[in-house]
Amino acid sequence: MKSLFFGGVHPEGGKSLSAASIPAAMPLPARVSILLRQHIGEPCKPLVSVGDTVRMGQKIGDGQGLCVPVHASVSGVVEAIEDRPHPGGGLCPAVIIKNDFLDTPDSALRPHPDSSGLTPDEIVSIIREAGIVGMGGAAFPSHVKAEPAADGIDTLIANACECEPYLTADDALLQTGPDDVLRGLALLARVLRPQRVVIAIEDNKEQAAKILRERLAQFPDMELRILPTRYPQGAEKQLIQAVTGRQVPPGGLPRDVGCTVFNAATAAAVCHAVYDGAPLIERIVTVTGKAVRAPKNLIVRVGTSFADVIAAAGGLTDDVWKVLSGGPMMGAAQSDLSVPTAKGVNGVLCLSAAENGESSHPACIRCGKCLEVCPMRLEPLYLYRYAKANNLAALERLHLTDCIECGCCAYACPGKVPLVEGFRAGKRALKGAKAK
Amino acid sequence: MNLTVSASPHIRGKDTTRRLMLDVVIALLPALIAGVLVHGIRAAAVAAVCVCAALLGEWLFRLAARQHCTIPDGSAAVTGLLLAMTLPASAPYWLAALGGLFAAIVVKGLCGGLGQNAFNPALGARAFLMLLFPVYLTRFPALGAQLPLFGLDAADVVTGATPLHHMQMPALPDVSLADAFLGRMGGCIGETSALALLIGGAYLVLRKVISIRIPAAYLGAVAVLTLVFAKGDAPLAWMLYSLLSGGVLLGAIFMATDYATSPVGPAAQLVYGAGCGVLTVLLRYFGLFPEGVTYAILVMNAAAWLLDRYIVPRRFGTGKEAA
Repeated sequence: MKSLFFGGVHPEGGKSLSAASIPAAMPLPARVSILLRQHIGEPCKPLVSVGDTVRMGQKIGDGQGLCVPVHASVSGVVEAIEDRPHPGGGLCPAVIIKNDFLDTPDSALRPHPDSSGLTPDEIVSIIREAGIVGMGGAAFPSHVKAEPAADGIDTLIANACECEPYLTADDALLQTGPDDVLRGLALLARVLRPQRVVIAIEDNKEQAAKILRERLAQFPDMELRILPTRYPQGAEKQLIQAVTGRQVPPGGLPRDVGCTVFNAATAAAVCHAVYDGAPLIERIVTVTGKAVRAPKNLIVRVGTSFADVIAAAGGLTDDVWKVLSGGPMMGAAQSDLSVPTAKGVNGVLCLSAAENGESSHPACIRCGKCLEVCPMRLEPLYLYRYAKANNLAALERLHLTDCIECGCCAYACPGKVPLVEGFRAGKRALKGAKAK
Repeated sequence: MNLTVSASPHIRGKDTTRRLMLDVVIALLPALIAGVLVHGIRAAAVAAVCVCAALLGEWLFRLAARQHCTIPDGSAAVTGLLLAMTLPASAPYWLAALGGLFAAIVVKGLCGGLGQNAFNPALGARAFLMLLFPVYLTRFPALGAQLPLFGLDAADVVTGATPLHHMQMPALPDVSLADAFLGRMGGCIGETSALALLIGGAYLVLRKVISIRIPAAYLGAVAVLTLVFAKGDAPLAWMLYSLLSGGVLLGAIFMATDYATSPVGPAAQLVYGAGCGVLTVLLRYFGLFPEGVTYAILVMNAAAWLLDRYIVPRRFGTGKEAA
């Protein structure tokens, strides 16, 4: 089947390591560190103080503006409020809770077993109060995406592509809780009133697609689109292009082309929030890679350290090379395993030294493969060259800011040039110049 | 425990520069074998000298420049082999060695090295040799002569034995189209057998080492121009001989597609290929020498970056598909 978006690559899957794993709840950690910024936007201010007793699901941080509250993922005592490493890089203030292992629940968020009485505004409000963010990695506040658009949304897309190699968290969710995803999606559809509701999945997830097709009998307004597997199909702009043929304009948003995309796990979180009154305090995380002893999918409480998560999967092997938050194409390498799991962390990937494909002498040979695989139709080799030369005018002319950092170019590069690294530096330089 | 922290992506594809260069060598083998079959074992010896000289030049240059050794990436070997393809099997060994050294040290190394040199090293070296020692590059093995390794006989080497010399008169060559296709005619080591070159080209395209854009545009431009402006009363035959004789196929498939010296943008590649074709025909029709491939490609080399600068892919989200 022909790819429905530009470019793309076929990275080695790695999904078989954890694919057969039905997610199991991991043993509760002794401590959780709830980061006060787990979304794109303004950080939360803590609502609790050191020494306070907190219940599971209690809101412990919130703020103004583009902000999503955070909740205690266990019950216990606030031990400290201090900086912790953030899986996305840098440090971030966090509420550290000593677990009392009682899971005493909080009842601020009421369950609505019958949601038919809820207005769209009430649903959006529940999505915010439940602390829901995009769970595919980017962690954009979901209540903002769920706000009905002025010009209307005609296509609501549930992203079940999970195109990153190695990760199987969404796959596992679709196999074990397809109704949660579909019910959450139905709620979002009630708010956004689209003409089409599409669940997009790649053709390498046969079992999940089969289950979805069966369950869709109960949801006649939704359609299943099975797309030819190709990375980065799950990137928002590429998925919209694959499903609708439309291209989000430069600097624009999906709603500019009448679309909104939610990750499948996000839809399931909406379902739990509305029907069960459950805030987003746990999620499925794929713990995998050749450097972890027992790769598997785990249901992890938000705030659990990577060290605890890895221990629950048998621990690291001796030849560990990198530990990533997320997948191998776009994930972030971690230096400190005390880093807590955030809501957007879909994988903890432990790569072994044997998977190191970097070169000590990268060199561009101008083969042009980076252009062929770029889903944004950019010219990566020139962008890299001008980023290195700090030629900001050329970076603007070649639209560096269009780059989604999917990593296809660097993956395909035979000269092993670290292109994305160069683009990030170039984007920082552009931003710096604008700020002046 | 020592965790590495570096930028994404954290996995890399299997393609390597070395693998791509190896593919080019593999793709050149049919043409090299054809050259040996037509001209004798000396063709292989000339190729070996070119490759060794290019490797030596690369090694010496990197040593002098105090940079890491780039012999393993295979690009120098490809340069040597490509140069050999453009030489007659009767070329003296010292000439082949000089060409290999010049290609690696001057045209490649001094002009920036791997991926940075503006001009195709093999063609740059050929142009250099053509300037200083034209006599050796315009005499070819006599048709049917199997050249020995050493001690060339005067009867083995003749001037003006190639179909292109006939076409310059202008007249249709005295070889059949079938012979021209298979390679039973005079010419340089790598340019005799169209069949062998096409096999190599197909291999490169199938392995995705090159895209078909540049060769297709190049050959298409030559075909159209020689058909429309055919000399004589058999335009189709004229066009076919134009494509099959001389270095057009070698140039279109192996030289114009050189990564470092050709544009990377898809549309720019088409313009570049067509430009090579137009210049080749112009040089053949109006130039001093019967062949124009070398200089046509070198001129377009100079324009490669310019073409990439002005012919850019359409920005995502700005076509009719955008809202």
